[in-house]
Amino acid sequence: MLDTGTPLVEMTDISISFGGIRAVDHASIDLHSGEVVGLLGHNGAGKSTLIKILSGAYKRDAGEIRINGETAVINNPRDAKGYGIETIYQQLAVADNVDAAANLFLGREMVTSLGTLDDAAMESKAREVMGRLNPNFRRFKEPVKALSGGQRQSVAIARAILFNARILVMDEPTAALGPQETAQVGELIKQLKSEGIGIFLISHDIHDVFDLADRVVVMKNGKVVGEARTSDVTKDEVLGMIIMGKVPPGATPGPGAIAG
Amino acid sequence: MADQRAMSSTTHHSQMVQNPLQRFLLATEIDTRLLGMIGALATIWIGFNFFSGGLFLTPRNLWNLSVQTASVAVMVTGMVLVIVTRNIDLSVGSILGLVGMVMGVMQTQILPVQLGLGLGHPAIWILSLATGLIVGTGIGALQGGIIAYLKVPAFIVTLGGYLVWRGAAWWVTAGRTVAPMDTKFQLMGGGPAGSIGSLWSWVVCVIACAAIVVGLYFGRRQRQRFNFPQRPVWAEVSLALIGCGATIAAVWVANAYPWPTRIAENYAAASGIPVPEGGLFISHGIAIPVLIAVGVGVVMTFLATRTRFGRYVYAVGGNPEAAELAGINTRWVTVKIFMLMGALCAIAAAISSARLNAATNALGTLDELYVIAAAVIGGTSLAGGVGTIAGALLGALVMQSLQSGMVLMGIDSPLQSIVVGIVLVFAVWLDTLYRRNKH
Repeated sequence: MLDTGTPLVEMTDISISFGGIRAVDHASIDLHSGEVVGLLGHNGAGKSTLIKILSGAYKRDAGEIRINGETAVINNPRDAKGYGIETIYQQLAVADNVDAAANLFLGREMVTSLGTLDDAAMESKAREVMGRLNPNFRRFKEPVKALSGGQRQSVAIARAILFNARILVMDEPTAALGPQETAQVGELIKQLKSEGIGIFLISHDIHDVFDLADRVVVMKNGKVVGEARTSDVTKDEVLGMIIMGKVPPGATPGPGAIAG
Repeated sequence: MADQRAMSSTTHHSQMVQNPLQRFLLATEIDTRLLGMIGALATIWIGFNFFSGGLFLTPRNLWNLSVQTASVAVMVTGMVLVIVTRNIDLSVGSILGLVGMVMGVMQTQILPVQLGLGLGHPAIWILSLATGLIVGTGIGALQGGIIAYLKVPAFIVTLGGYLVWRGAAWWVTAGRTVAPMDTKFQLMGGGPAGSIGSLWSWVVCVIACAAIVVGLYFGRRQRQRFNFPQRPVWAEVSLALIGCGATIAAVWVANAYPWPTRIAENYAAASGIPVPEGGLFISHGIAIPVLIAVGVGVVMTFLATRTRFGRYVYAVGGNPEAAELAGINTRWVTVKIFMLMGALCAIAAAISSARLNAATNALGTLDELYVIAAAVIGGTSLAGGVGTIAGALLGALVMQSLQSGMVLMGIDSPLQSIVVGIVLVFAVWLDTLYRRNKH
């Protein structure tokens, strides 16, 4: 149906436990390039945990990750970035005591020929990227602490797209944003998608992702309930999957689906 | 919505800026907190000068003050980075003691006697210092490694270190004091011989002023290159004048303090200079330990603001999780910070033992508390993420000024401790108020 080539990301039979609790239980999920996959589920359904395994924040107990069909070794965030996986976390992962440019380039600073930080060049690039994302943004010299939630979110998103990510993971990307900024992020997602980037959108709110996603995957109690193309199901049917684990006819059931 | 708020706050801001002082501060981008500290220092100096009957603000006292501050000043530059990353180092005084002892034994026993270099060999001071740096860095690496990789809190590791290294310092010579130090090594402690004299002080002054002007010029050109907003020219000129003026004033004070009469006469007799009517005036100039401390301050500021390492230190302090997720090897950063702290303790040990002309196993006792207090008075937040090298150096100067001023006024040492303790708490309370009002 979809792109039948090798998926950009394949996570197979992933499991992880925290102190005896199975946060993710044999979950499998994939993503093709230029595709937006919505990962849905209640709080505590395991979706954030699953995706943190992909971005290297957690180490899985079992299962396999393949990038472009090849087994990937992801033990920490640095490894994940090496595969072109960029993540925007739910609790905005910014160092709020330094300015926007410093955050955008954190871990990958531009340096001069002498090996010192090239702050001017970084600020210039930051102005360029932020200009694309949030043209009203002016406060480049202030610590991120002084910015509003939306402005911080644009910093976090700018940070992810700055380094030509191939796989973008957005955990509740619009939770802290006003309507106008949410629309901006939607536009941005479409733009990134057209550039061939694969995007995981994670949310507990179906309205956030349904219109943007090509496909949704629903999780419940650490298991995948089922997946469906957004063109084959309605919002209410997906809601039924999220709340009751009931898989509609248009969807493919997973291990967590309620029998019958 | 958010941007409207930002805009309205800027208009509000510019309406507020009416009086010349505020306009000046805004244009020059001077940190008002740092300015407040300079104001506090000026108040302390003028106050002590008044109550000591004009003894405080003399070239002699100010010169001594600068030398007394040097050791703590060297260490506080590292302590800022330690505290910025939400750690603490309680062991710096003990490391200083141990490293001082090791360097003492190196230059009086091992190098001249056991390795047969003979006393007074020109390589002794540098080999001793190098050994001290290696030991200090090694101790830092060990403590940093335990903190970063074994996840033992820094407070506990360095509290253990406080006891261990002090005990080890005693063990090096079974408590015996090592003296005298190598003659070249002694220069790091200051004194008439350990100062660079008026000519070289002026050379240093010219270089420093040139560096200030060139730095401002390149900063401006860099911003022009990218079409960023710039400071008005008058603000740049004011900054250059203030920077150069302060440098010239400091050098002038150092040069205004002459060698003691007896030493000057001996020197004149030894080198065949006729002693003029009214005595020989030979300037001390900048003391070598002060030069070392200033050099360390410049290097550490560079490290903290212009390098990746410095950027990571602040990022880790602001949000350790975000730094880790950004792919920063936060553990290795922690180890490096403690190694740096150990190396700075070694430099401070060289200054202290050279100044005392002896290594004792009590050297550096209570220094950890003065260093931490100086960093905190200098605006380093124990909550992490905030702190500057320049502020901490000023903090060290404030602490030393208080102590030396109270000595001048003949205040008993128990009362001195009481005052320093109260000032520490008061300073942090003021800082809390300042930060609360700012946001």
